[in-house]
Formats: sequence, structure tokens, C-alpha cells
Amino acid sequence: MADGTSVPVGVIASAPREMTRTGSMKHLARRKSSVAFLLCLPLIVLICGFVIYPAFYALFLSMLNKKMTAFVGLGNFAFLLKRHTFQLVIFQSCLFAITSVVLKALLGFVIAHLMHNIPGKNQRIWRGLLLVPWVIPLALSTLTWWWMFDPSYSAFNWILNQFGFANVPWLGVGWIARACTITVNVWFGTPFFMIMYLAALKSVPEQLYEAASIDGAGARQKLLFVTLPMMRNIIAITVLFSLIVTFADFDIVRILTAGGPQDETQVFATYAFQVGIQSGDIPLGAADSLFMFPILAFAAFFVLRGVTQRTKDIAA
Amino acid sequence: MGAASIVTLAPAGAVAGRAPGAAMGTVASRAANRKTSLHRQRQWALWGSYAALAVFVVMFLMPPFYTLMTSLKSSAEISSETGSPWLVHHPTLENFWYLITYPNFQTYYLNSVMITILTVSISMVISVLAAFSLSRMGFWGSNVLSTGVFLTYLVPPSLLFIPLFQIVGAIGLINSVWCLVLLYPTLAVPFCTWIMIGYFSSIPKELDEAALIDGANYMQILMKIFIPVAMPGIIAATIFAFTVAWGAFLYPLAYLYTSNQMVLTVGIISDLIRGDVFQWGKIMAACLLASLPPIVIYAFLMDYYVAGLTAGATKG
Repeated sequence: MADGTSVPVGVIASAPREMTRTGSMKHLARRKSSVAFLLCLPLIVLICGFVIYPAFYALFLSMLNKKMTAFVGLGNFAFLLKRHTFQLVIFQSCLFAITSVVLKALLGFVIAHLMHNIPGKNQRIWRGLLLVPWVIPLALSTLTWWWMFDPSYSAFNWILNQFGFANVPWLGVGWIARACTITVNVWFGTPFFMIMYLAALKSVPEQLYEAASIDGAGARQKLLFVTLPMMRNIIAITVLFSLIVTFADFDIVRILTAGGPQDETQVFATYAFQVGIQSGDIPLGAADSLFMFPILAFAAFFVLRGVTQRTKDIAA
Repeated sequence: MGAASIVTLAPAGAVAGRAPGAAMGTVASRAANRKTSLHRQRQWALWGSYAALAVFVVMFLMPPFYTLMTSLKSSAEISSETGSPWLVHHPTLENFWYLITYPNFQTYYLNSVMITILTVSISMVISVLAAFSLSRMGFWGSNVLSTGVFLTYLVPPSLLFIPLFQIVGAIGLINSVWCLVLLYPTLAVPFCTWIMIGYFSSIPKELDEAALIDGANYMQILMKIFIPVAMPGIIAATIFAFTVAWGAFLYPLAYLYTSNQMVLTVGIISDLIRGDVFQWGKIMAACLLASLPPIVIYAFLMDYYVAGLTAGATKG
């Protein structure tokens, strides 16, 4: 900005006045950057105090013993890795995150396409209806799911009974309970994918489809060679975002099963809560949640790379 | 399906292209025939889309519907376990009346409202100032900070809640709603800043240069130009902060344990579920009352939020 304003002034100004002007410009620039820094200060304090400091503190905590009196190095991490429950936690977190994200991405894609087919003026109401799961706070809607999965007089079992099937112990058996947590996550997260994809679909220029038609492309070819490449960036970013959120999910598993039966639905976040807060072993809990970090960092790296790549593409 | 209907355009065009040698009359009638069949095919694709969307809407709205039905049932009707659980046979408002006059529920609601208002205000002030500084003024290291803000958004609450438990304890805010006012902004600010940077960057530089020449200072530029012009972005960011503060579950569950300090998401669970006694009618009514503010806000301002969200994910 400073340069922008100085150009017309500099043209008019005579040489000696120009000297003082650059001096005051420098002063202005220095003042501007300090004002800029001041405006960012609350943000910096917040991030340093409640994100960066806790992150290092977590690292420190994770290397203490249970009473937090002695330093045990990587003992907690080694202890966790040897524990059968924690091996289950790793498996279930990956299963939960990957299955949910794949299902959300596919369903979101299908729904976004259906939505894109119907005329624009009707889209708003349909989109609004489909966004409802995503609008209700997750902790509250999971309560409803819990009630629907209730073993004795539940909504689902009643339907099964009407068709002559026996009751299913929805949250009482490992694999069924895992499927239930994934179902709730898909129900909650699909609308997000739907709106992201819908925005991406709208941004594909109609001319590309016309050109493809003239070249004799079929519906499948258009999907593979026009729609998907054009949406590639947004699909990648949405999937990675969602992977992070799903991987770190707490609400669904905590409310629906609290990790049970026999820790067969436990994920990183719920296990950290159980060990760290409920059993009071803060260092072990900290170590447990730190296991999420490499996976999150991996996803974050690709998100960031995708975003910068996309920005470059737009600029080019 | 839309793609499928466009495909038929290609052969129709090809026939018309080969037409010159043939008798014009037959070609015209054939084209007309094609046109009606094309029209019919489009119509089918459209109805197909509507039907498929309707199926999805039914699936996605099933849990909210069940919440509503259960909330209208009396405890006696729920425990009698007769008839379809999907319908209410003797609708009553006694659950809602119970909750509205129940002092604990009033406390949760008031706490939630207070915490949300404070979180939203604090987050918006921090992020608007920072976004203005980062998008327009800049200082040494401001690019690093922008990237850092984005990375902070990718940090899920479940990663750091254990060290934060220790920190909150150390400053004496454990079991106090005020700790949420301190912690929620860390969840809301990064994304709000990110959205606002995007909106602020899209404002043409000439606008603030003109204001600078007219003698406005940076605060005036922010208040009189940036905030009014970027209002859609501010609304989107406000809704995001609201959603985070209203629906968060892990922090209040971990840090609050007496009912006078609780917020809605945890209060409903800890208060209405006592041991093995689930007062489902009241729980569902409470869920409904607690979901009301987000639903109302989204019903009116959804378009802003969706625009902000998709812009936030696509802008670099």
C-alpha cells in the first residue's frame, strides 16, 4: 500500500522533498508493521498459550510416571504399545476413520450429483433438509441414536420384529457396535461432503461438458475425465479434513458405547479420556493422545500441500 | 443422470450435421422426435433424482423425527412398550414443561447461552483484527503466522485436552464454566481467521488506498470499509464460532463436574441419566430444546455459512 500511494506523489514531488518523503515512508512502514503485529497479538497469545505450550507440555507429561514424580522417558509409549487394549484402539481408530471417510465421500458424491441435477431454485430446500444432521450438535444427535439402538424397545428392533426377525444387540457385540459408531459418523458427516462437492460441481464450466459431448464422450467418460479431474483438489482437501476430524472423534464413541463392549469400539480420544481423566493416569492419557499426532501431521501435510498447489493452479 | 440425458444430444446433433444432402422435412421431424424423447428422458432423470433425494432425506431425517416423537411421549407410554415406537399415541407436552420449569436445565441453558455469546464475541474480535493485519498490513513473519493459523485449525480438541486439563487446574478454573470461555476460542479462532483472511483479501486494494489518501487511519479502514464489505464472511465466521461453542462436548465433559457449572451438552447426559434409569422422553425433549438455536440460525443464515465454508476450503 505504501508503495502504491508513493508513486503518484513521488512523480509530482521535487527531489529534496522526495528525500524526506522516503524517510517518513520508512517511518510509516515501521509503524505500520508494529500496528500489524499488535493486531495479531491476541491471536499469537492464544495460539502460543493454548496450542503450542500444551503441545510441548503434553510431550513432557507423557514422559512422567503415574504419580508424576519421576521421569520415565518413553516408558509410557512402550507400555501402551504392548497393551492389548491399545492395539485394539489403534486398529479401531483406523477402521473407524477410514471406513467412515470412504462412505461419507461416496455418499456425499452421489447426493451432490443428484442435487446438481435438480433445478437451482429447488436446491435450497433439499439442501437444507439434508444439512439437518450436520446442524444438530453431534453430542445431542448421538443421544437419539443411542435411544434408537436401545436393546429392549428400540426403534430398529421394533422394525426387525415386525418382519419376524429377532432382536439385535446393537451396541452389545463388538462388530455390530463398531458398525453402529461408523453409521452415526456417516450420518453426521455426509452433509458436509455434499455441500463441498456441490460447490465444486457448480464450479465446473458447462463448456467442458459440451466439448466432451462433441468429442463423443459418454456419461461415464465425462465423470471420469471431466468431473473428477476438475473436482480432484476439493475432493482431496475435503477427505483429508474429514480424516483428521473423524480420526480424532470423541463424541460418538463416548456417548454411544463409552468404548465398550470390552473396549471393542474404543478409539484414541475416548481411551485417552478413560485413562487420563477417569482413571487419573494423566501421563498415560497424554501419551495415548500423542499417538494421534503423526497421523494427523501426515494428513495435515497433504492438506497444506493440496491447498498451496490449488492456489498456484488458480494463480497460473 | 443429468450427464446421461445430455449424451443424447450428441447423436441428435450428428444427425442434423449430416442433414444437408437429405430431404429437409424428414430431418426436421426426426429432430423434433428426438427433442421430445430427449425432453422425456430429462424429465425421467429429474424425477429419478427427486426420488433418490427423497430416500436420502427420509434416511437422514429419521433420527430427528424419532427425537420429536419420543419427546412428545409420557414416561408411561415409553415404559409400556406397546405399539410402534415411531409414532406417538397420546401426545403430551409434559416433558417440555418439566424441563422449562426444572432449575438445573435452566442453569445449563443459561450457561450455554452465556458461554456461547462470550466465545463468539472474543473469537470474532481476535480473528477480525488478526485477519485484517495478516491480509493487508503484514509484518515480519506474518506469512508464517498465516500458515500457523491454518495448521492450528487442523489440531482437534481431543489431541490436547489432557495437558489443558492440567493447565486449567493450575489456573484454578477446573469445574468452572469460565475455563470454556478461555478454551473455546482456540477451537473457533483459527478457522474464523482463515475465512476472514479470504474475504479481506478479495477486497480490492484501491478501496483502502483511496481511504488512506483521504486521511483515514487503519482502524477507520477496518471499521468503515472492511467490516461492512466483508459482512458475509463475518456472518459465516460468527456461525462457525457459535457452532463450536454450542456443540462442544469433550472440554465440558472433562473439566466440569457439578451441575451448577455445566452446559447443555453434558448437563443433559449427566442429569437425566441416573444410573440405569433413562428418562428418554425428557432426554429427547432436552435434545430438541438444545438443538433449537442452531437450527433456527442455520435456517436463516445457511447460505452465508455454506458460502464461507466452501470459500474457506478452496481459497489459498
